[in-house]
Amino acid sequence: MLHQIEKFAEQSKTVPAAAIDSVISNASRRGVLKGLGGFVLALHLLPAGRAGAFPAYETFGPGMPNGVVNDPHIFVAIAPDGEVTIIAHRSEMGTGSRTTLPMVIADEMEADWDRVTVKQAEGDEPKYGNQDTDGSRSLRHHIQPAREIGAAMRHMLKQAAAKQWGVKIDEVEAVGHQVIHKSLGSRVGYGDLAEAAMALKTPPRDVLQFKDEKEFRYIGKGTVPIVDLHDITTGKAVYGSDVRLPGTRVAVIARPPVVGATIKSIDDSAAKAIAGVETIMHLPITPLGSKFKPLGGVAVIAENTWAAIQGRDALKIEWDRGEHGTFETRAYEAELRASTAEPGTSVRNQGNADAALKDAAKVLTYEYYQPHMAHAPMEPPTALANYADGKCEIWAPVQSPYVARTDTAEYLGMDAKDVTVNVTLLGGAFGRKSKADFATEAAFLAKQVGGPVRVQWTREDDIRHSYYHTSSVERIDIGLDSDKRVTAWRHRSAAPSFLSTFTEDKGVQHEIEIGMGLENLPYEISNVSAEQCPAFAHTRVGWFRSVSNIPRAFAVQSATAELAHELGRDQKEFLLEIIGPPRILDAKTAGLPGKFWNQYEPEKEFPFETGRLSGVVRLVAQKAGWGKSLPKGEALGIAAHRSFVSYIAMVVHAKVEKGIVRVPEVHVAVDCGFAANPERVRSQMQGACVFGMTAALYSGISFDNGEVQESNFHDYEMVRADNFPELVHTYIVPHSFEVHATGVGEPGVPPFAPALANAIFNATGRRIRNLPIGDQLKA
Amino acid sequence: MKITVNNAEHVFEGDKSMPVLWYVRDELGLMGTKYGCGTGLCGACTVHVDGMAVHGCTTSMEAVAGKKVTTIEGLSEDGNHPVQQAWREQNVPQCGFCQTGQIMQAAALLAENPNPTDQEILDNMAGNICRCGCYQRIISAVRQASTGA
Repeated sequence: MLHQIEKFAEQSKTVPAAAIDSVISNASRRGVLKGLGGFVLALHLLPAGRAGAFPAYETFGPGMPNGVVNDPHIFVAIAPDGEVTIIAHRSEMGTGSRTTLPMVIADEMEADWDRVTVKQAEGDEPKYGNQDTDGSRSLRHHIQPAREIGAAMRHMLKQAAAKQWGVKIDEVEAVGHQVIHKSLGSRVGYGDLAEAAMALKTPPRDVLQFKDEKEFRYIGKGTVPIVDLHDITTGKAVYGSDVRLPGTRVAVIARPPVVGATIKSIDDSAAKAIAGVETIMHLPITPLGSKFKPLGGVAVIAENTWAAIQGRDALKIEWDRGEHGTFETRAYEAELRASTAEPGTSVRNQGNADAALKDAAKVLTYEYYQPHMAHAPMEPPTALANYADGKCEIWAPVQSPYVARTDTAEYLGMDAKDVTVNVTLLGGAFGRKSKADFATEAAFLAKQVGGPVRVQWTREDDIRHSYYHTSSVERIDIGLDSDKRVTAWRHRSAAPSFLSTFTEDKGVQHEIEIGMGLENLPYEISNVSAEQCPAFAHTRVGWFRSVSNIPRAFAVQSATAELAHELGRDQKEFLLEIIGPPRILDAKTAGLPGKFWNQYEPEKEFPFETGRLSGVVRLVAQKAGWGKSLPKGEALGIAAHRSFVSYIAMVVHAKVEKGIVRVPEVHVAVDCGFAANPERVRSQMQGACVFGMTAALYSGISFDNGEVQESNFHDYEMVRADNFPELVHTYIVPHSFEVHATGVGEPGVPPFAPALANAIFNATGRRIRNLPIGDQLKA
Repeated sequence: MKITVNNAEHVFEGDKSMPVLWYVRDELGLMGTKYGCGTGLCGACTVHVDGMAVHGCTTSMEAVAGKKVTTIEGLSEDGNHPVQQAWREQNVPQCGFCQTGQIMQAAALLAENPNPTDQEILDNMAGNICRCGCYQRIISAVRQASTGA
């Protein structure tokens, strides 16, 4: 996501299609591999007819900055004792990609997983390819290269053994960490072959033999625990806040309460008087639109964290609030509602929705509202940086370590080659840690101090200085004819864009935001229009797990259930009927000026198949026992949404008692193509239900005089063990590898809130249109 | 003042109001105890003081003078406390950041009440937030550690 927005901000309006020109292009020709010595296979699209067990397919991976690298010389090392090291180049924030992708490599190279060590890559995209861990893309973009790395490594090991024995390569087999020659009765372990194998050139893809799916040991099984499991349960896992260098100082920073606010006066005498406080340093204030540059403010640097926190809290600063100093949430909500009352800019125009609404026998109008939200990962932002001899080294929990590196270099006026970013485990991220302002802060202070500085954000800092999920009003007008047939669907969206974080705010949404459920309504209706209405940001807006899909799924799936009720129809039956017969959504028929955004994925490989959406609806309804009778105050609700090119449907069982909502059970049907690690698919769905329930019940950041009013978990609440979705059942639609694997980190979240709201309606007759639910049902 | 952490005795002469959390992390380098909120609202910093689960972020050094503090590093010698084992068998963690606090909370509960009811488990674990949403598996793991099933 990140890189596409940057491109837009640089005024390049369209993203060029991936340059697919050959089976293998030697990336060293592009001059990016100087000194690395590796032969990098940058892209891998086979000419038709040469495909083996696993035909190559196109993804947007190679279109990402620095593309995709699939060379075993970069990703695999084998020690003489046979111990295999595999590089994880994606950041681990809880989805399991640090385990799953190396596991795919290990399986395809016939390595014994017990003899594999996973090593985290530093931020170096020219070497490893794109590392931007967001957009639910780790599996989608990297499962194919991972299989290629593994198969190439296996080929090289076989080649080395064949050479040693003086036989042809097709006489030998690689099985269970060794190469064998059956008729000779010879066998040699991977360790003994390592040196010779690694000296070989990477074979071209067309000679690679991929495993047949029934030969997989680990892929698709869900039997491999995450690599950090033991360390996590013993406290040895290393997160951003756990790295220390000798002499590390701790900085806690007072940041402007309103973005761009400047210091009118400061009294730091009380801060300086605290034992352990050593230095006070200023960071330059930046206005909205400064991308991931630190907000600026005043850093208290101390010998330990406690002194730094106390010192920061003792600062007396009077701020000049500046242009966003009057931002107020209630007034802003009214502004968004007013914006959607007027026609906006069309992003989809199929038939003539305006005319059909004018001619309609009845028009139903529904408005849905959601305030800003903060990611609140359990580990607040934190980073350690050291500066010595003109070089800066950072240890940080970042989703995009290369962007952290280049942004920090730019901020410090350094060359990126003099900045290193080491990636720790991420204690949750949810999009927040794509924005490495905290790492840049640490680097800036380390350079000033001339030694290691660890920046620690408090929870209050995290809640008050986030890159907030957009706030939105989604208005849907539905036209019915005299026979109660749906003739028109008009969806208007007013939501400040994350573009405002990158460039001058024009009040318009980016194609990514439009593509997340605004332009791609999968319903069979003759007249459909989608419009975006102006909305300007007054705080830093950034992506948050599932992004604009959250308000869109809430609006569309709530409105569908409202419409079903209006028509006296069953919600599930009506949802299936309005989705219509199985078809591939076609942008031209849908009245789009161009293509669907589609996560930038090629529609040929990742089309919007409405049959798969209906499929998960049918599956989940059947599993949940849709239609069963429940006690008074309890009911099921259903919702379905395609996001990140995965299809998810949910049935939420809600129980409402004295205005308190409980969720005894959730059924989730997932169609994510080939499921490489079903166990982690299930854990992501369980997590998505909790995350979705927190958003639906509690999450709202409110501003007054431009300042965030919430500060910690007492007023920005989280779902806890005393009221959470108690039993989440996940059903994965089985597919072979031919149905491309897609990610599951985000797609589970969007259907939760509408399925819950629909269940609440069915249980109580109360319709939730404004999130969070909060105390609405208590009144 | 004297304080025992994971059976080792230490002398502390700094700010008595310093929370145990920052002492074990900054002074002793025991990084398994996590900072999540600083106000006793999330449980990521849960440690045992004389066997009782407390929030390391709101418990001052003064309050633990002369007492025995146990962190995740000291919960068991080999990392195989029944709760740790159950956590692994249930594949509980996602990001993992809150899990040491969850484990310390669960271990204290089971030490005091080896056979808690489901409701007792839920109530006892409600102080520990998991933003990734591993609660279903957390509850299963506590139950497994308790009953062995």
